[in-house]
Amino acid sequence: MAGERTLDGRSGKAETEPSDRGHHLSGGGQWNRRRYVVFVVPALVVMLAVIVFPWLFTVFMSVHDWKIGQAHSFVGPDNYLALLGDERFLRSLLRTLYYGVLAVVVPVILGTFSAVIFHKRFPLRGFLRGVFILPMMATPVAVALVWTMMFHPQLGVLNYLLSVVGLPPQSWVYAPETVIPTLVMVEVWQWTPLVMLIVLGGLAALPTEPYESARIDGASEWQMFRHITWPLLLPFIMVAAIIRAIDAIKAFDLIFVISQGGPGTASETINIYLYLQAFAFYNIGYASAIVVVFFLLIVALTLLLLYMRQKTQWM
Amino acid sequence: MDVSAKVPALLKVPLTPGEGFRKICAKLAFGFAVLVIVSPAALVFLWMLSLSLKTDIENIAYPPVFIPATPTLDNFAEVFRASPFARYTLNSVIVTGSAVLLALFIGVPAGYGIAKAKAFKLAIVVLISRITPGLSYLIPLFILFQWLGLTGTLLPMVITHLVITVPIVVWIMIGFFESLPPELEEAALIDGATLWQAFRHIALPLARPGIVVAAVLSFIFSWNNFIFGVVLTGRETRTLPVAVYNVLTFEQIAWGPLAAAALIVTLPVLVLTIVVQREIVAGLTAGGVKGG
Repeated sequence: MAGERTLDGRSGKAETEPSDRGHHLSGGGQWNRRRYVVFVVPALVVMLAVIVFPWLFTVFMSVHDWKIGQAHSFVGPDNYLALLGDERFLRSLLRTLYYGVLAVVVPVILGTFSAVIFHKRFPLRGFLRGVFILPMMATPVAVALVWTMMFHPQLGVLNYLLSVVGLPPQSWVYAPETVIPTLVMVEVWQWTPLVMLIVLGGLAALPTEPYESARIDGASEWQMFRHITWPLLLPFIMVAAIIRAIDAIKAFDLIFVISQGGPGTASETINIYLYLQAFAFYNIGYASAIVVVFFLLIVALTLLLLYMRQKTQWM
Repeated sequence: MDVSAKVPALLKVPLTPGEGFRKICAKLAFGFAVLVIVSPAALVFLWMLSLSLKTDIENIAYPPVFIPATPTLDNFAEVFRASPFARYTLNSVIVTGSAVLLALFIGVPAGYGIAKAKAFKLAIVVLISRITPGLSYLIPLFILFQWLGLTGTLLPMVITHLVITVPIVVWIMIGFFESLPPELEEAALIDGATLWQAFRHIALPLARPGIVVAAVLSFIFSWNNFIFGVVLTGRETRTLPVAVYNVLTFEQIAWGPLAAAALIVTLPVLVLTIVVQREIVAGLTAGGVKGG
């Protein structure tokens, strides 16, 4: 399937491609391939320094009682055990899930719809697609500030627009019940374009032959969509959903700028709580334990979604 | 996917007047759908522009003023007058510029090496960095920079931004070098060129479009990064996103300068997105790349 090749089939391709072009060059294909590792060494060193080292160090700190400016002592699993009884942490976990589910489902639906639109040819399509992807490319802090101004209860343009169409004013990010849906609205605005681009790539890769034979067999538009387009497109939608899920539960900039986790702790997700523990309360050891748990959650979620993706392909 | 074009002309029935009307309706509905999906994106940026060009009196007027009566650039002047914004702009240019150049120097050969040696397991590091929350690098690196006495300089920012730029460059370049036909380099190798020469004089020139995509995307995601700057910069070393955030916290209702500052920060990215839109789309679709 075309989607396999373009999106994540790199490792798969390496295993299935039988003729290694290096072989018929000199016969020493394996050796030839190894020589290329020199090209990778500088990047590997940097990656080890800025990615792998921090990881190991984080795990090390997470089993210590470690505060900035104080001596640290080994405490074993105490930080992890403390997390289990930390109600603020557990609440932030649930909030992250709530935020995450909304911020995956809505962009996937809207993004798929937009992709179908942008797949058609129409005047100014390239330019309009450029405008459409501006939200995801723009500096998150900058757009978050503009949204903050639009959410202002008295002077904000959004409540004015609501009043024009006869709707009551909303409290947006200033009430605990509405803050997360409002933040998700901004997140949807920002990241629907990425879903659109991935699904658009899928639409472009659709083969034309099945449609021709289906048409000859007298299939209706709906039948063609249900039995040809949808199954072929589903892997792309799943890839978009996986990427969206990973990004949604990592969301930081928008929440930090627009609501700072408030009002109270009403929009405090794991990432915000983690930030506060590390850089406001300076509980480095405890924050490191949160990092480890958070990362394991993301890995587990990614694997679960990849497993679901496999399932959908067999259908 | 225009299948109807492929149906033989014989099968096409001439349009009746009713069908012509339905076609127009369908066109209008489609145009409306395009308008609905594009306008939220466009309107927010137009509102940002409008806020930045109005006086503060117009900005807090109710009902809101959409198009300024007398557009003014005072807000932009105010941003540079009230804070060392030029300094912060320079900081951003230094941090992002260095991080992108360094990433290209080490990431392009790495992408080549991984593609040629088919060492795809090495690319897993890139994937892990893609799913890791940006904050989690910050705690250990913050401690490390304190020990090394580097706080107060831009060096920690440059180093940390490599977390964003290197994976993007490596990921895009693997895909790009994989798609290049290997015959030219093989011919050069048979003629006695070294691996480095084959890379430098044959693969690299062919890979220029890929390098442009990698450079543009890593530039944008490094430029936009906020979280690293919040933790790692002080008054002197702020990058633009951090500087803009600080405008908000101290002058709550000065919307004009705030919008102007936000626009200054994001304008390079917006222009770049529109200008090299095709390349960006290609790069993003290939890997679902996103920094931080």
